[in-house]
Amino acid sequence: MQVPAPIEYARATSLDHALGLLERLGGEARVIAGGHSLLPMMKLRLANPEYLVDLNDLHDELGYIRDEPGNGGGVVRIGALTRHRELLESDLLAALFPIFRDAESVIADPPVRNRGTLGGSLCQADPSEDLSSVCTVLGASCVVRGRSGRRVVTMEEFYRGPYETAVGPAEILTEIRIPVRPGGGSAYAKVHRRAGDWAVVAAGAAVWLTGPPEEPVIVDARSGLAAVGPNTTGIAEISATLTGRPPDEEAFALAAEIAARSCAPVTDARGSADYKRHLAAELTRRTLRTATERARLAAAADRPGASGDRG
Amino acid sequence: MSGVEVALTVNGEYVVRDVEARLLLVHLLRDVLGLTGTHWGCDTSNCGSCVVLMDDEPVKSCTVLAAMASGHDVRTVESLEVDGVLDPVQRGFIECHGLQCGFCTPGMLMSARALLDRNPDPTDHEIREAISGQICRCTGYASIVRAVRWAAEHRSAGQEALR
Repeated sequence: MQVPAPIEYARATSLDHALGLLERLGGEARVIAGGHSLLPMMKLRLANPEYLVDLNDLHDELGYIRDEPGNGGGVVRIGALTRHRELLESDLLAALFPIFRDAESVIADPPVRNRGTLGGSLCQADPSEDLSSVCTVLGASCVVRGRSGRRVVTMEEFYRGPYETAVGPAEILTEIRIPVRPGGGSAYAKVHRRAGDWAVVAAGAAVWLTGPPEEPVIVDARSGLAAVGPNTTGIAEISATLTGRPPDEEAFALAAEIAARSCAPVTDARGSADYKRHLAAELTRRTLRTATERARLAAAADRPGASGDRG
Repeated sequence: MSGVEVALTVNGEYVVRDVEARLLLVHLLRDVLGLTGTHWGCDTSNCGSCVVLMDDEPVKSCTVLAAMASGHDVRTVESLEVDGVLDPVQRGFIECHGLQCGFCTPGMLMSARALLDRNPDPTDHEIREAISGQICRCTGYASIVRAVRWAAEHRSAGQEALR
């Protein structure tokens, strides 16, 4: 039987209350939201917090998806306590950032998605976790709150490596902000062995196009990978290589080649390193292709986020 | 030392208990409240045999602390049959041979109930998705999908008594 070691438990009644508890209890305290990463780690004694600060009562305060149109596109703000199911079912996200529905439909399973949260996934920073690369390729930033105030960091600053983030021991990730830029499309693809399993390899891509529909040019393109080693949530070389090119198969092939040599997969029960490297290339190619198609469709349909005329 | 009072509704009944803060919901249900219909399987949130409804949504009770369920409404498989009358999903599992060994069945029934409460006429794909976090090693799932379909098509079934 797997049970966590003895703990003290407190339920936060407000964000300030939670931050106060963290400050008072020190490094032995951990916040818990969905609990589907932390509780299994506590059962295995990989995590041994002495105190748990339960954030779930703050769902009204920290669980939301808000569209704030503005000049040049605006921003979508997502509360860190927004659950996977809410991300999956959000029509707003599906319209603006289809990568979210792609990814969420293959993250774990319905009961787990009923509990797990966006903030929890990002803070766990598991190298096989999907939403870190989703948020990175979308150019998201993270709002981190402490007793002394809040700071906003980019995803690149937030994600420091496997299981490491910029969130300090007495801080809480409260919001993820995603800029809405015109001409954009996005996609996610995962290969897994069975429903709900972690990825063998997964890839996310976002593409922004400009120019006439018959001769589009890539303004920006971002790719990220999951489950193939550390520091692959965003691959800067792909962005540098694709910017200014037409979004064609030649460009996608270049990106695929960069993806394959930018990752460090290991051979394990899910597949050989060679197979995973092949998947990294192929999924990068496919997600860039799908993201490009979506950017074109969105522009054609004059959808918000594609036309640049929001707000 | 690390005790906590939990107060929650379980199958419509308000219960208050002093428990260890580390106690998992599945063990509160089985060991403290004696509701052994909820099964305890892999302990790693993979198998889904411990699925119960919390505020009408399926959750894996091996990965929820009892303390986290405090203040919430929990439903287990014991709530489905009322006064000898089976829930249509239970009836469907009988009609369509939706179980063999029965270990996964309580979790399957609760996910099926939650699905039909939200979506009274699901497609086979939606049924498969709803139970995708739950493992059955006997049926190959096809008969479970048929059982849930049967329940959807016989919403007022089960009105006939068990015997």
